[in-house]
Amino acid sequence: MADCSRKDEPCPQLLDLISKDREWLVRRDEQRRNGSSEDKKLELRLGPPGQDWTIKDGTKNHSRERDESLLSLSYFSNKASMNHSNSNSNSNPNISGTKRGFLDTVDRKTIEDGWITNNNNNGTQTQKFSSSENTVGTALSFLHKFPSTPQSLPVKAKESSQHCCTKVVDLQNAEEKAFSPTSVNTAVPNSSQKRSAPASAPVVGWPPIRSFRKNLASSSSSKPPLESQDVVSDKVAKEKQVESCQKGLFVKINMDGVPIGRKVDLKAYDSYEKLSSAVDELFRGLLAAQIDSSADGIQTKQEGEKAITGLLDGSGEYTLVYEDNEGDRMLVGDVPWHMFVSTVKRLRVLKSSELPTLCLGSKQEKTPLDAAAAAALK
Amino acid sequence: MNYFPEEVLEHVFDFLTSDRDRNAVSLVCQSWYRVFIGNCYAISAERLIARFPRVRSLTLKGKPHFADFNLVPHDWGGFVYPWIETMAKSGLNLEELRLKRMVVSDDSLELLSRSFVNFKSLVLVSCEGFTTDGLAAIASNCRFLRELDLQENEVEDRRGQWLSCFPDSCTSLVSLNFACLKGEVNLVALERLVTRCCNLRSLRLNHAVPLDTLQKILVQAPHLVDLGIGSYVHDPDSETYHKLKSAIQKCTSVRSLSGFLEVAPRCLAAIYQICLNLTSLNLSYAAGIHGTELIKLIRHCGRLQRLWILDCIGDKGLGVVASTCKELQELRVFPSDLYGVGHAAVTEEGLVAISAGCPKLNSLLYFCHQMTNAALITVAKNCPNFTRFRLCTLNPTKPDPVTMQPLDDGFGAIVQSCKGLRRLSLTGLLTDQVFLYIGMYAEQLEMLSVAFAGDSDEGMLYVLNGCKKLKKLEIRDSPFGNVALLTDVGKYETMRSLWMSSCEVTLEGCKTVAKLMPRLNVEIINESEQVEVEASPDDRQKVEKMYLYRTLVGPRRDAPDFVWTL
Repeated sequence: MADCSRKDEPCPQLLDLISKDREWLVRRDEQRRNGSSEDKKLELRLGPPGQDWTIKDGTKNHSRERDESLLSLSYFSNKASMNHSNSNSNSNPNISGTKRGFLDTVDRKTIEDGWITNNNNNGTQTQKFSSSENTVGTALSFLHKFPSTPQSLPVKAKESSQHCCTKVVDLQNAEEKAFSPTSVNTAVPNSSQKRSAPASAPVVGWPPIRSFRKNLASSSSSKPPLESQDVVSDKVAKEKQVESCQKGLFVKINMDGVPIGRKVDLKAYDSYEKLSSAVDELFRGLLAAQIDSSADGIQTKQEGEKAITGLLDGSGEYTLVYEDNEGDRMLVGDVPWHMFVSTVKRLRVLKSSELPTLCLGSKQEKTPLDAAAAAALK
Repeated sequence: MNYFPEEVLEHVFDFLTSDRDRNAVSLVCQSWYRVFIGNCYAISAERLIARFPRVRSLTLKGKPHFADFNLVPHDWGGFVYPWIETMAKSGLNLEELRLKRMVVSDDSLELLSRSFVNFKSLVLVSCEGFTTDGLAAIASNCRFLRELDLQENEVEDRRGQWLSCFPDSCTSLVSLNFACLKGEVNLVALERLVTRCCNLRSLRLNHAVPLDTLQKILVQAPHLVDLGIGSYVHDPDSETYHKLKSAIQKCTSVRSLSGFLEVAPRCLAAIYQICLNLTSLNLSYAAGIHGTELIKLIRHCGRLQRLWILDCIGDKGLGVVASTCKELQELRVFPSDLYGVGHAAVTEEGLVAISAGCPKLNSLLYFCHQMTNAALITVAKNCPNFTRFRLCTLNPTKPDPVTMQPLDDGFGAIVQSCKGLRRLSLTGLLTDQVFLYIGMYAEQLEMLSVAFAGDSDEGMLYVLNGCKKLKKLEIRDSPFGNVALLTDVGKYETMRSLWMSSCEVTLEGCKTVAKLMPRLNVEIINESEQVEVEASPDDRQKVEKMYLYRTLVGPRRDAPDFVWTL
């Protein structure tokens, strides 16, 4: 898919980084297996780990020192994190080897879980590693809480970095300067203390987006995105949701004999009865005006405006019907209100006498009512 | 005085043609007419004009970047009025003014509109302080205005008729963007304006412009190249909608589409046609489009180079992007569910899919719920061309959820692989190690944003020592203190600015920097009530917010009370 030739150049370097680590760590792993891990385990558990540990390590040469403490770490972390890494090793074959080797040693979580309690010596010890390039050192440096004296920064640390480039030498010089009480104070074993933002509590300026977007996002989060299932009514419902959340749900309503239609906001009502009386209010005057004008100028004002009733049960002169999202004409009132609102596209007020001539969808059973309505009109 | 190295000036043209958003060096170029000033307090208007009396185009940036996230108090500074006043007095022939994160008053706009006869282009990005009255002044008085581009500004709506203030004689508009305005606009005036400006190529409407007006506008301006739709709500069975459809089909030049501030998804079918030619699509404000409609839309956009979208697209949706948009270069995925209510939006999977499908990707802003090292390593291998890489996990210290490790290695892979990386933002659980990687590998890095990361001063030092081209460093809530700050103070003169908030630096540390480096302004922003200016504040106190920057003109005189320049 992608042009591999372009990728060849960076890939080896990237893999180099990873493979170098792997080599190095494989060596360590071997040493670990060969070494007496049991002893180390004991070391770790005795009293304040730092004290005893550093005493013991002091007698060995540097590289062993480093390896041991690294080994100790890796052993311990493997113990605790075994479930984690092992269970994941199968899922990512390409990466897992690297991950496991490279990342186990910085399994800070397990380290935090109680291994290191800090004291000066321990801090000193760990500083050696933090000034080398390996990640373990860094993890350790993360952990020391107490001030540690910079002067213990060893020259040896430089030897320990095996695959550094010249840049790193500069960095190490910097690192020596870096250690100071101030900085160390801030490193705490419990990562949540200094830096983590508790998930639920709001942090100022987080997440880092402009206020513009925050306003938008908060208004949209109230509508969970529906996975539309190709059901037309769902889509319509969603659309109506979008429209109605912003503007109300206006549908057209026309009445037989009245040339001008109206629009009615269905959101304003919660029942058919209320809709019915609203229709009455909307058209009563218009209807009256229509009758007046059609009476060829003869003013029959004393009749006044007649209420439009019986819209829902077929008992009145007019009946309310609607056109649904499938284009069918339906009698209003059969389905629950909210379902009606979600499928209605427009409304019509028809003369009840014309009902039998219309295709009413599945409402053929209404003939008794029709007959009654027809009878009422006479 | 001249600490801008000569070789920088040679590259002037590169910077001039760069995107506004690129963080170029705060440089003042010698060549003729265009001047870019990355920090308005680095130099004064007087000196600018003295050195470049023929300047015609000025770009100014004001507040530090973190002001976007409410970390900088409103009246911190960045006022443009003095600049306009000085330029007006000196008889400068100003034609273009581009401002970012500055405070722009109505008076400044009024003065601007009256002072420069040939004024052609005003671009305001993330600015504040003005109302629609100021816009009315621009509309009324700038007789040859070509461009009025308002991007994400806070504009107070005065219910005036600013659009109507464009005189009938104004026919020169090429670009008009008022999408960020909250109020109503005079629709008739808008239609008339569009009709008489035959050179209009870019038009971005706000939410108050309904679909039927859009339809009429498109009939008048079928040559638009860039369109921002305001409200896109209508009954898809209506005649208006059908008219819109046919109008859109004639807009064969549209290459960039944005907006949909309100949308009825059923109406989207009308735009599928123009999607085929789009190179830029910004749906990051279109909260109303999601799920299958969104994906359906994307499937039509085979030529997309830039996509801004909300994370409700989901990982699967990003998979569709990956398989459809093979030319994609820039992707921004914004969060839509800020309060962690529930549905996982995008994760590392989506990003990996994109990286696999879109090898030309070079710019990324990605808000996600989680990220893994494995994913980042894969992304680094797939896309070595990143110049901008910004990742934000919504929980800022979240580790790799699979291994529970910090994300050091993942970001390390990114900086190692992407040799041209100029801008980087990191989140997730991060130790000093990641900064070591950055210092080692990120040779071209110019801007770095750090939040809730690192363990010790070392982290910051790795970066300061390693990144030779660093220009802007902004850090919040990280355990870097005085040692990191003070180890190499000379470095800050090679940078535009340094921001540190909620870190471990103390007042004493900041004072030391100020003393050692007279050509830096070291500002302490202190918002708490216990500001005792009389009593000497304890030097060992930690400083809540520090912003330091190089300058040729010393401490600024417009600093408010809560800002101390040391």
